[in-house]
Amino acid sequence: MKAGDFRDARRRIEAKRRPSGERLMSAAGAARLVKDGDQVIIGGCMFSRTPMAILHELLRHGRRDLVISRNLSWLEAELLMVAAATKHLVTSWQGLGVPWGLSRILREQVEGGHARFEEWSHFAMGLRFRAAAMGVPFLPALTMLGSDLMKVSQAKTVECPFTGETLAAIPALFADVAIIHVHRADRFGNCQIDGYSHMDEDICRAATTVIVSAEEILPEDEVRKHPDRTKIPSLVVDAVIEAPFGAYPGECYGLYETDFAHVDAYAQATRASGAQAVQEYLRRYVYGVSSHAEFMGLFQPDVLRDRQAAAKELTS
Amino acid sequence: MSYSASELMTITAARMLYDGCSVFAGVGLPLLAGILAKRLHAPGLQMIVEGGIVDPEVIPGWLPYSTNEMRLAPRATMLPGITDTFLLAQRGFLDFGFVSGAQIDAYGNLNSSVIGSYNKPKVRLPGSGGANDIASLCRDVIVVAAHEKRRLVPAVDFLTSPGARVRHIITNLAVLGFDAERRVRIDILQPGATLEQVLDETGFELLVPERVPTADPPAEAELTALRALDPDRVWL
Repeated sequence: MKAGDFRDARRRIEAKRRPSGERLMSAAGAARLVKDGDQVIIGGCMFSRTPMAILHELLRHGRRDLVISRNLSWLEAELLMVAAATKHLVTSWQGLGVPWGLSRILREQVEGGHARFEEWSHFAMGLRFRAAAMGVPFLPALTMLGSDLMKVSQAKTVECPFTGETLAAIPALFADVAIIHVHRADRFGNCQIDGYSHMDEDICRAATTVIVSAEEILPEDEVRKHPDRTKIPSLVVDAVIEAPFGAYPGECYGLYETDFAHVDAYAQATRASGAQAVQEYLRRYVYGVSSHAEFMGLFQPDVLRDRQAAAKELTS
Repeated sequence: MSYSASELMTITAARMLYDGCSVFAGVGLPLLAGILAKRLHAPGLQMIVEGGIVDPEVIPGWLPYSTNEMRLAPRATMLPGITDTFLLAQRGFLDFGFVSGAQIDAYGNLNSSVIGSYNKPKVRLPGSGGANDIASLCRDVIVVAAHEKRRLVPAVDFLTSPGARVRHIITNLAVLGFDAERRVRIDILQPGATLEQVLDETGFELLVPERVPTADPPAEAELTALRALDPDRVWL
């Protein structure tokens, strides 16, 4: 899809046949909604509410040539690049976290010419999703002006029709698919998110097809009793899958903290042996299991309890 | 009391923040500087973190690794979306913003994207993240970086974040500033550093005023308060 092509993006939404009611399905069913070559927006931010359960499922389905957009990218980007699911990241940042330093995988992939890093600022990524969510071709902004990011991205400058000032024109990012992880959803796709919403509300309106994994499936009555808690309406959602610990080894606000020991072990392995370590990780944690539940079975129950206790302490 | 370069830079930054000011802070030294200032002399200081946090307090020993995780939530006053934190800055509500970079030039321009060319980089760095936005949108931008010749360069390989709003460059050797014509100069020497050392480790030309004052070394109270925040020395 061309950046900012709001008419085409709107036509796609208008032409959609929404499911009647029920959107609850299997992870495999949801993965089949994603086609090779699709533009995919990943929700959450870095290691917070990263939809790992669905992303692992996409990898098991062998998806190829996805264009992956995310505000700040994390471990998932390394898995997707090494598995050859993507050769094109649209993001403002990639790494495991500041203390872990530069990512050897990102360096190998981009410096070796295997993957393209299309860089925008963090705010610009947010405005791209917001513009798309608003159904307009771009938003004017005061960011990125005078930087080389203007030269390597599709951002342009525009003269303000009122003041004559030069503004950045940040084009809408319309995507084929958005994938997010939330705390609770009902089987129709009404979603509740606790704590940080990141950019998920905009992301879900920016894509033609929206896939949601949820820690818990709520009865419809619960949603109707508290409509103020719904952050994303059923109207924009196409698929819901139930995935307890669906953002693991990352965090889900109030429920479990990131498994930093796991991330640290991954970081050390990739620092030592690069892509080979990612391949081994994929064999063990992604291809070596058939479901997210099986993946979670690879972690010690006391580790999970500890991560849950940490989340509780931080948010209560 | 002896202290590390990180401690010195954090305390220098904290001293610049006054009561009632607002600070756009990333994780690491900027966040520590904000919390330290708030505890020592600026109780009404408010911080914004780009992951979507207003006025976090942070539990000592539980410092966040990212700008968008649960460790920033304790006792915060609001958790807006990410885009909304930047919109507060674009509207003009943020007095100070902290940034850093792998390269910084004489205009305060920063590079955190690539060493070499963008399309065929020698080193692919993590990218702008919110750095460009903080540098573009906060009223006064403060750069915090280790003072090295390979970092303070005549020209950045890639201009990730514009230097137009940079007011101070805090290093372990000096605090640099700008004159009315935006020429970079040395404002303050860090304790123990010499002018020769600063000139040797700077890759661009520096204006040197007749008198360059030396900063007071970190006081015991500053170091004690700072170390209490990061007992595991993740950042210090």
